[in-house]
Amino acid sequence: MNLEQILDVIDGQLLSDNVDLSTEVDMACGADLMSDVLAFTHSGTLLLTGLTNPQVVRTSDMAGIKAIVFVRGKLPPPETLKLAESMGIPLLGSRYTMYETCGLLYSQGQRSCGLFTLARSESDDWRGKGPQNLST
Amino acid sequence: MMTELRGTAVGMSARSGSHAELTKVQELVYELRVEQVMTRDVITCNPDQTMKELKEILRLNHISGVPIVEDGQMVGMISVESLIKALEQGEADHPIREKMTRHVQAVRADDSLAGAVSLFARYKYGRFPVLNADGQLVGILTQGDIVRGLLKHLDALWHSEEIRRYRASHIFEDIESEQTTLILRYRVAAQDFTHGGEASSKVKRALERLGAHPQVTRRISVATYEAETNLMIHTHGGEIIVEAQPDVIKVVAIDDGPGIPDVEQALQAGYSTAPDWIRELGFGAGMGLSNIRSCTDRMSFQSVVGEGTRLEMVFDLSTGGSQ
Repeated sequence: MNLEQILDVIDGQLLSDNVDLSTEVDMACGADLMSDVLAFTHSGTLLLTGLTNPQVVRTSDMAGIKAIVFVRGKLPPPETLKLAESMGIPLLGSRYTMYETCGLLYSQGQRSCGLFTLARSESDDWRGKGPQNLST
Repeated sequence: MMTELRGTAVGMSARSGSHAELTKVQELVYELRVEQVMTRDVITCNPDQTMKELKEILRLNHISGVPIVEDGQMVGMISVESLIKALEQGEADHPIREKMTRHVQAVRADDSLAGAVSLFARYKYGRFPVLNADGQLVGILTQGDIVRGLLKHLDALWHSEEIRRYRASHIFEDIESEQTTLILRYRVAAQDFTHGGEASSKVKRALERLGAHPQVTRRISVATYEAETNLMIHTHGGEIIVEAQPDVIKVVAIDDGPGIPDVEQALQAGYSTAPDWIRELGFGAGMGLSNIRSCTDRMSFQSVVGEGTRLEMVFDLSTGGSQ
């Protein structure tokens, strides 16, 4: 999906200036935990998050995130906008919650960044572990 | 599993690569003006010259049509088709004025190439005269001019990108030694979340300038950022030191304390001593060190309480981006 289609699907708004709406994202990831973004995303991912501090942009730059969607109507502070502009990372806004925004994109066929498929294939013993032994 | 992931990544970059090239041409077509690609030295005729004279002008210049200019203004165009027709009918001595096309479709010098391309598609003419804002003939445009212009500008773009990409990496080839190491140092302040991550951003840009593979650059950036975050959250401040060599990059995060009492515990995934305000920022989940471990080819970690901690991360470049 490209950014224009994403905005359409989530009924979102564009928060950054000078954005090429034809920019394609290959997959998406919803996370409020920056370590998860760093650990499990790939270059070209769309990040959906409820956090709006500048470190979200910084994390995205490191992880090669293509664009960021802020969920549940949160607007980023000026320093976040400024940092995103300097890094060339487009910011989008959704009025829906994380669950709803992800659901809208998922139901339109937007691929996940692969954490789930990775977890499924690599740890067949995952079910047997029991909740007390799971680290995350 | 890693092979499969890498496969996906390679496929993706190839796709986005060709997409980027296409977009670049599309952008150029809208960006470039007719005057940037047109032929400026236009061969013209005067309407009182004869068709016979026209034949010599076309033959000697290897062209198939000319604009007709009178008193500085373009008054028509004539092509080789009109010439052939005139010769067939024995009208070689007739003046061009009688045979020329008076209603000429022209392009403006400041039109975009996109506009000119659509004119070529619509009218099927071989060339268009180019007029300036005052209606004066300033050039002529063929489809060949457009292709040459696009290629020239694409080449210039590509060249400047190449220079940008390789300028920094030349350092390793230009300076001869048994072993050349580029050392970059960055100071990281404690608790400074406004500027936190700047060191890692700079490391990332430096690696890009040095021409490191994008996948390696990503691994190093992520690990360095996790290390920088640790310095910000847990220490009195510290330093990130990058040692770059052509085949290996070492990143060291070093601080002046307070040090970690139980290193084994700190290395456990999910173990964290981060305060709540850090967690609210999306950090401090205790995944940093295990994430660093999965990004590095080799890692070592020492800490002395009251003195400080030293984290060394090594990335092999010879493996070409894989771990």
